[in-house]
Amino acid sequence: MAIYLTKWSKVLVQGMTGGEGMKHTRLMLAAGTDVVGGVNPRKAGRSVDFDDRAVPVFGSVDDGMRSTGADVSVVFVPPAFVKAAVVEAVDAGIGLVVVITEGVPVHDSVAFTAYARSRGTRIVGPNCPGLITPGQSNAGIIPADIAKPGRVGLVSKSGTLTYQLMYELRDTGFSTCVGIGGDPVVGTTHIDCLAAFQDDPDTELIVLIGEIGGDAEERAAAYIREHVTKPVVGYIAGFTAPEGRTMGHAGAIVSGSSGTARAKREALEAAGVGVGGTPTETARLVLARLETERDVTHS
Amino acid sequence: MDLYEHQARQLFEEHGIVVPRAEVTDSPARARRIARALGGRVVVKAQVKTGGRGKAGGVKMAADPAAAELTARQILGMDIKGHPVGTVMLAQPVDIESEFYVSYVLDRAAGRFLAIASAEGGMEIEEVAATRPEAVARVHIDPVEGVTSAKASEIAEAAGLPPRTVDVLVRLWQVLVREDALLVEVNPLVRTAQGQILALDGKVTLDDNARFRQARWGTQNTTHDDPLEAAAAAKGLNYVKLDGEVGVIGNGAGLVMSTLDVVAGCGARPANFLDIGGGASAQIMADGLSVVLSDPAVKSVLVNVFGGITACDAVADGIVRALETVRPTKPLVVRLDGNNAARGRAVLDGHAHPLVHQATTMDGAAREAARLAHAA
Repeated sequence: MAIYLTKWSKVLVQGMTGGEGMKHTRLMLAAGTDVVGGVNPRKAGRSVDFDDRAVPVFGSVDDGMRSTGADVSVVFVPPAFVKAAVVEAVDAGIGLVVVITEGVPVHDSVAFTAYARSRGTRIVGPNCPGLITPGQSNAGIIPADIAKPGRVGLVSKSGTLTYQLMYELRDTGFSTCVGIGGDPVVGTTHIDCLAAFQDDPDTELIVLIGEIGGDAEERAAAYIREHVTKPVVGYIAGFTAPEGRTMGHAGAIVSGSSGTARAKREALEAAGVGVGGTPTETARLVLARLETERDVTHS
Repeated sequence: MDLYEHQARQLFEEHGIVVPRAEVTDSPARARRIARALGGRVVVKAQVKTGGRGKAGGVKMAADPAAAELTARQILGMDIKGHPVGTVMLAQPVDIESEFYVSYVLDRAAGRFLAIASAEGGMEIEEVAATRPEAVARVHIDPVEGVTSAKASEIAEAAGLPPRTVDVLVRLWQVLVREDALLVEVNPLVRTAQGQILALDGKVTLDDNARFRQARWGTQNTTHDDPLEAAAAAKGLNYVKLDGEVGVIGNGAGLVMSTLDVVAGCGARPANFLDIGGGASAQIMADGLSVVLSDPAVKSVLVNVFGGITACDAVADGIVRALETVRPTKPLVVRLDGNNAARGRAVLDGHAHPLVHQATTMDGAAREAARLAHAA
């Protein structure tokens, strides 16, 4: 079943005809994603050939949804146009918008995430790699060939750490991997994904990857304690990051005593989450937990 | 990007918030003339982007122009928490009756901005917030409605601020929205003996992501004290100098942070954070390597790339190109995995540089880089 994205998802790409949009639409199609159209008002009515498939370009998200039944949009437009693109998709009534674009002004993210929430549209991102349900569908830029389908759910702020963990657990496989993004304000949080994975019968164990900055991991730990009965394994990046310096992601900054990797690890451990010291060790913890769980189930 | 007090003050003034008369200078002699123009008695304030200025002796009263010159000279020579004082602001003193605190700050958890206000402003606001949280009002702002007069009244009432601050609260919100700020803070906001409401000191943090529509700030405020950081910034690299001996280059902020931790776990200290980003080209890799190798503290370099969008053969080409131009004398440990990793490894094997070591895992690569740094 997976979360948020399945083989039945019909995907529109806003900004498909741009450089990144073209490149990743091709990769999404190759991964089996049902990309049903692109959106570009200036190129409406045309179509773009991707190897053996011609993908139509629509003038608006609304047109695209009416013509194809699309329920997911992936956004590749430049930062200045992201807010308008998301609002358009929300107004059209789409269920899920995945914002890949990096460098979106925070005031815009605050505005469109609040608007989407009020209209019942889920936003993943901005500044994220998107999400993949291996073997079924890929909405974004996660390389599809890293890992096979399986029963581990993964949620992460970081793209490349997602890839690294997927690679470490490539033979175990994943139900869905969600890259929620490293910006201070994102549409989908660790907690949203924990709740969805808890309810997903195809997910047996959850991997939660966090990093310095904010208190999303601490809040996720509190949520796990109250609501998550499935095993959770964690990893936190940024123990050596100095205070007051942004480590690449706009949200990855330690200010004073808040946002430290240590506090996050302690909060997760106090909630019964096994936390790995390195990505490799985290993968080993996952394998060990899966084995124990399966022994318990079979005995 | 944090603004200096005098820049924050300029924004407040542009949006109709009353501030004391003041001027900025880097010259003690000019400070004397400014003091004379402001009426003789002035407050001399260090312009540094850090808190606790007052307690560090960076804010002083001067009774006359001669004293202003002397005080400016003292303060201009100071270093406040690692920030050398380059300019001072001289401001007309104000007859303070009461001090308040007001700010709008991003609440990441709620995904909205939060108004924080207190009738007990001044230097001890953090202590007030810690010991008597009930004295500090916190009100979330709806992003669509913003701060209307009604909302501002609600904030003022919750904090026990006088009704005359309502107008300032509305205008301060306009500063936040129109300037794409992540934080605007006035501390203290004062009521003078004459009943006037004035912003005596302020702090503004702008959103770097919004620079494309806030052109006036340009890049003037991105000053890099560290020459390596300045060199990296000039090449458009995402580089942070740290104080260790293992240079670290990787792709993606999360993976690079993780690599720093793994290096530290091997008993070495990372010399820097350098994220060459997704889809990095050979040129970016070469630029990154030349910056890291030019750091005299670096004893070995760890290149950790997981090719998602980045193609490992492009990374390997960049390393080979850098080896030809930079001519390193320090060993490099390279771990390539993911997209085109086999081709990337073959490129490095073919080049067979005596200082380049390949590793197959992230942990193994970090151990090797730490060992080489210690052996150097």
